[in-house]
Amino acid sequence: MDETHGKIKEFLSRFFKNHDLQPNEDIFALGFVNSLLAMQLVAFVEKEFGVAVGDEDLDLDNFRTIDAIANLVARKRGTAA
Amino acid sequence: MNLELSPGQRAARAEFRAFVAAEIAPHADRWDREAATPAALIDQLRERGYLGSNVTREWGGAGRDMIAYGLLTEEIGRGCSSVRSLLTVHDMVAHAIQRWGSPAQKQRYLPAMARGEILGALALSEPEAGSDAKSVQTAAVLSGEGAGDAWVLDGRKKWTTYGQLAGLFLVLAQADGKPTAFLVERETPGLDVRPLHGITGTRASMLAEIFFEGVRVPKENLLGRPGFGVSHVISAALEHGRYSVAWGSVGLGQACLDASKAYAAGRRQFGVPIADHQLIRRMLTNMIVEVRAARLLCLRAGWLRDAGDPGASGEIMVAKYYASTMATRAANDAVQIHGANGCSEDYPVGRYLRDSRVMEIIEGSTQIQQITIPLFELQEF
Repeated sequence: MDETHGKIKEFLSRFFKNHDLQPNEDIFALGFVNSLLAMQLVAFVEKEFGVAVGDEDLDLDNFRTIDAIANLVARKRGTAA
Repeated sequence: MNLELSPGQRAARAEFRAFVAAEIAPHADRWDREAATPAALIDQLRERGYLGSNVTREWGGAGRDMIAYGLLTEEIGRGCSSVRSLLTVHDMVAHAIQRWGSPAQKQRYLPAMARGEILGALALSEPEAGSDAKSVQTAAVLSGEGAGDAWVLDGRKKWTTYGQLAGLFLVLAQADGKPTAFLVERETPGLDVRPLHGITGTRASMLAEIFFEGVRVPKENLLGRPGFGVSHVISAALEHGRYSVAWGSVGLGQACLDASKAYAAGRRQFGVPIADHQLIRRMLTNMIVEVRAARLLCLRAGWLRDAGDPGASGEIMVAKYYASTMATRAANDAVQIHGANGCSEDYPVGRYLRDSRVMEIIEGSTQIQQITIPLFELQEF
């Protein structure tokens, strides 16, 4: 797990303290995401990683897992594999 | 968190305060009676850059920091809650476009909104849909050749603040059952604006009903993506609106305090100014303390917004909840301190009380805040 994954996991772990969230685990399927967290997640990604999330990124699949969020950050930074 | 205003913020507040004292406060009661905001006043707001001042410099706006922006809102709200609500709704739409708009949408609308040439309004509420935004019945259907060339909107919106004047509506509709946001220009055929009259508070805010009958909206005017209309687009707009209403409520509370202090010092009963009576002082004390507390909550929310902190959303709700309920308490006591005079049109406190009721309903009612604020705390447990 790289630094980006670690920061995302740390942020999300605030919202479900008794669950060890895995990188490819669907946070929507787990029921952890409500409308409040949806916007907070966008704000977190922008502040933590210095990227701008735009309308083209409004796809639940971009926020579904730690891996997906990390991929979004990499794409926005132009460092996607 | 820095509790001190910067020299620039203090200078800006002095400018706002002088403008409101000269151009808004002396006329607000008349505008309230006439149920209209004069075009000349809106021209002044434009010239001073007070409309769309949350738009970044990149798009031609003033790019005010959120503290200076809040101070502007407080001072305008101190003079007239209707005029404050013009800034609120216009800036909400600008904020949503800035937050989720495509580059083409930003280019088309933001510079014009920052100049105040186009006024924005939020067409969200309907006769049967208020707090439950996802239940709006206005429908959007993709129509045209192949994959479709336009969205066709049918439905009806109500309580659209400054709908009478707006040139651009941010509209929430159901697109195949998914809440979806659209930017709809006023001159689009099939769109009909009808003034609403007889409003209790913010009476000069020129409310309207908006009727959509086969309104063809270009596909490029979809804001965000289908299904994200409430969760992201309208949420962003409402969050900005809550921030604005919170500061406006501080201004309203301060206006209640200003009026009450002046009246209590001058009005004599039982041989002394009524300010010397302990039960009057009790009401003044509550106002003094609660206005300051509300202002501090707004400053905290603004500081978090400027920092891009994910916790800002919750703090804005806290600020809006406290400030708007404070305004009602302050206005209620202000009328009480004024006695019979408070129930007449000779004093502004009756207007303050009517306006305060609106503050507790718009941009998330008091009850919605009471339901939601604990979720921000509980979601981390």
